[in-house]
Amino acid sequence: MPVHFGYTISKPRAIDIDHNNLRKSDEILREMPELQTCIGCGACTAVCTAGNLTQFNFRKVHTLVRRGEYQGAYEEMNKCMLCGKCRLVCPRGINTRGVVMLIKRKLGDF
Amino acid sequence: MKRVIIIGGGVAGMQTALRLAEEGVEPLIVEKEAELGGKLRGWHRLFPSFTPASEVLGELRSRVARRGIEVMTSTEVKAVEAGAVTLVDGRRIEGDAVTICSGFDLFDARIKEEYGYGIYDNVFTSVDIERMLNEGRVARADGSRPRRIAFLHCVGSRDEKVCQRHCSRVCCVTGVKQAMEMKELFPEADVFNFYMDIRMFGPGYEEMYREAQQRYNIHFVRGRISEAAPTIDGRVQIKAEDTLTGRPLRMSVDMLVLLVGMRAGETNPAYEAAGLGRLESGFMAPRDSFLGNVRSRTEGIFYAGTVTAPKNIGETINEGCAAADAVLEYLKKS
Amino acid sequence: MTAMKRRSWSDYQKQIADDKYYYARSCIRQNFFPGSEKAFLDILHNDLGRDVLDDPLHSSCTGIGYHSDIVPLETIMTVVARQFALMTEAGYENFISSCITSFGVYTEVLATWNEFPETEERTREYLYKATGREFRKPTSLAHTSDIMFHFRDEIARKAKYRLVNAQTGEPLRVVEHIGCHYAKIFPKSGIGGSEFPYVLAGMIESWGGECVDYPERRHCCGFGFRNYLVQANRGYSIANSHKKLESMAPYKPDFIVANCPGCTMFLDKWQYAIAEMEGTTYGENGHGIPVLTYEEMAGLVLGYDPWELGMQMHQVDVEPLLDKMGISYDPAAKYLGRNGKYIDKPASAVVNCCPTDTVYDIRQ
Repeated sequence: MPVHFGYTISKPRAIDIDHNNLRKSDEILREMPELQTCIGCGACTAVCTAGNLTQFNFRKVHTLVRRGEYQGAYEEMNKCMLCGKCRLVCPRGINTRGVVMLIKRKLGDF
Repeated sequence: MKRVIIIGGGVAGMQTALRLAEEGVEPLIVEKEAELGGKLRGWHRLFPSFTPASEVLGELRSRVARRGIEVMTSTEVKAVEAGAVTLVDGRRIEGDAVTICSGFDLFDARIKEEYGYGIYDNVFTSVDIERMLNEGRVARADGSRPRRIAFLHCVGSRDEKVCQRHCSRVCCVTGVKQAMEMKELFPEADVFNFYMDIRMFGPGYEEMYREAQQRYNIHFVRGRISEAAPTIDGRVQIKAEDTLTGRPLRMSVDMLVLLVGMRAGETNPAYEAAGLGRLESGFMAPRDSFLGNVRSRTEGIFYAGTVTAPKNIGETINEGCAAADAVLEYLKKS
Repeated sequence: MTAMKRRSWSDYQKQIADDKYYYARSCIRQNFFPGSEKAFLDILHNDLGRDVLDDPLHSSCTGIGYHSDIVPLETIMTVVARQFALMTEAGYENFISSCITSFGVYTEVLATWNEFPETEERTREYLYKATGREFRKPTSLAHTSDIMFHFRDEIARKAKYRLVNAQTGEPLRVVEHIGCHYAKIFPKSGIGGSEFPYVLAGMIESWGGECVDYPERRHCCGFGFRNYLVQANRGYSIANSHKKLESMAPYKPDFIVANCPGCTMFLDKWQYAIAEMEGTTYGENGHGIPVLTYEEMAGLVLGYDPWELGMQMHQVDVEPLLDKMGISYDPAAKYLGRNGKYIDKPASAVVNCCPTDTVYDIRQ
């Protein structure tokens, strides 16, 4: 029986690339290589209808997905209203709505 | 015939000499190494066009040879003054003007102890990669093919801790270029570039960066690696923050490549004796940044190339011409 | 594992006095590893013939309070000044501290006085008003491990045992842990600097062992003073030791040697906590990895009795290490105190390999 000392061992917060399974991430990037051209400017998040009212941060979620951090990504992407404003502002011309749909399709079971 | 002493026979020195010779002035190149070419001798291909460095170097060298420009190799300059230089062996050479083209020094990556260069076998510098490319064999220390490679930008640049506050400019694009070269050699490998800012200042650079992202599948992580450590299987563990997600990130890699910066040449302090000023970065201070950027504060002493600041090859060649023109104007007046 | 190409340590050297030391003890060590400080004095007095003053008048440096945001800077400076005054009065000028945090505190205070001379003036005034004492600053300041490092070759010449597996002749694999306050605050104050400290590695190599260079070598043990002192924060504190143990385990180290009192305690006792909480152990045969102080390591090399060195006070049993080194010891005498009186024993735990409810009970 484990003993309880009144605290638990904190779990590491680090993104561990050695440990993460990058298969889904690779699939997503193969289908939409332009997602890799993101330079993290944040324009998508700045104009995001959902992001101004909820914690939704499109830039952060897709970056985490690219690092193999899939937990909660599907639920986050569900907050997107698919209004398409982000696609209008993206300086790299990324089909951001397409990214939302692709991540939802690939990570529905996470 | 007027004579101009050129300190340093790299790209800047050769181009300055060529331009002066075209205009009927007699240049003398004083080079401390045994041959002309400077740092370019160690380079493989040049960004953003992947032109072989040997093409540029070979062309410059053969032009110098065709013009019959006088070159003193294995000759080191100790002191400079308007119209003369003194060599380490005490000899004094006189001329009508002096152009300092002594370039930069590479940052010694061992100073950043936390990255373990010179300690862990699979930590390399950008210079090592160029050398290996030239030798036709890029591999890990044990000769095996890397499956994961990380590049770290800004090693010895923009770093207060090693007294190098300036940006070396060309390392960003070098990192992108080498990442692409690695991906061509090892298509199955994952390549990560860790950067603080990506500074794509030249024509075609941003386009190259975009190609590296989209076509070469190179991962760019905004965050500076804080330390490297060995793993049990001879790989290198690195830690950084993925600042765009706000989370610490770690991974092990087969090769860690440090993109070493340009630091001021170690001979620069000696020039101060001639009344020449240096910038805070240690590079020589031109008279001003606009109309006098190839002139020193002393009449008759000129600058070309990376002796005043980090520059790429194209800019350096242009500056060789500009410095030669300034010298010619000075010689006409004197 | 090949010999490491770590030569940068030689760029970081400091003056270490050769004799006549004023000794300042550690609060933690006197409680958790009381044998180590005695061993230090014995080794210096008896084996090396050096003069060390163990002054009963000196106090805690108050470093734990300082790093827990309880003791203000002016107070700790005055306490440090008092220690220096005692040293001056006793006629010594080489100050040595048995604790990494104290060493860090002394280094920090001296550096502060150097940078801001008015703080030294004020401290002198406070000390004089409070105690009537005056002081000279030490001509040399060293941690006690620096002293052991300084005499490592002399100790090697007198060695009765080496850090070598007596059966196989292979060098023992040793994890060394330095402690943040040794050189991370002032890299030049430690032998080898902050990235590749050589103070313990030098002893290990001189005495026949081999250092393990594992990924989390430079990571903090997690002590963190106020972080550990508050129970609610301990999960974060223990997670750091956990991370280190996970990282070193694949190298199968024969033992850990630590520089700092807090780290020694943590790396030893957290192994018990982790085993009890998660069932994970990191040493051989499902037990723990022994954790030693550098005096214990030196003492074993010089042939001291492990129980004289106080090694029965450890959480993780040291017997497997003693057996590997071929050291002869009396297993039954483990829990006999200095006067032969039974000192009681800990309950059996999974990290321990020697079940306390068998052999020792019989001898009781």
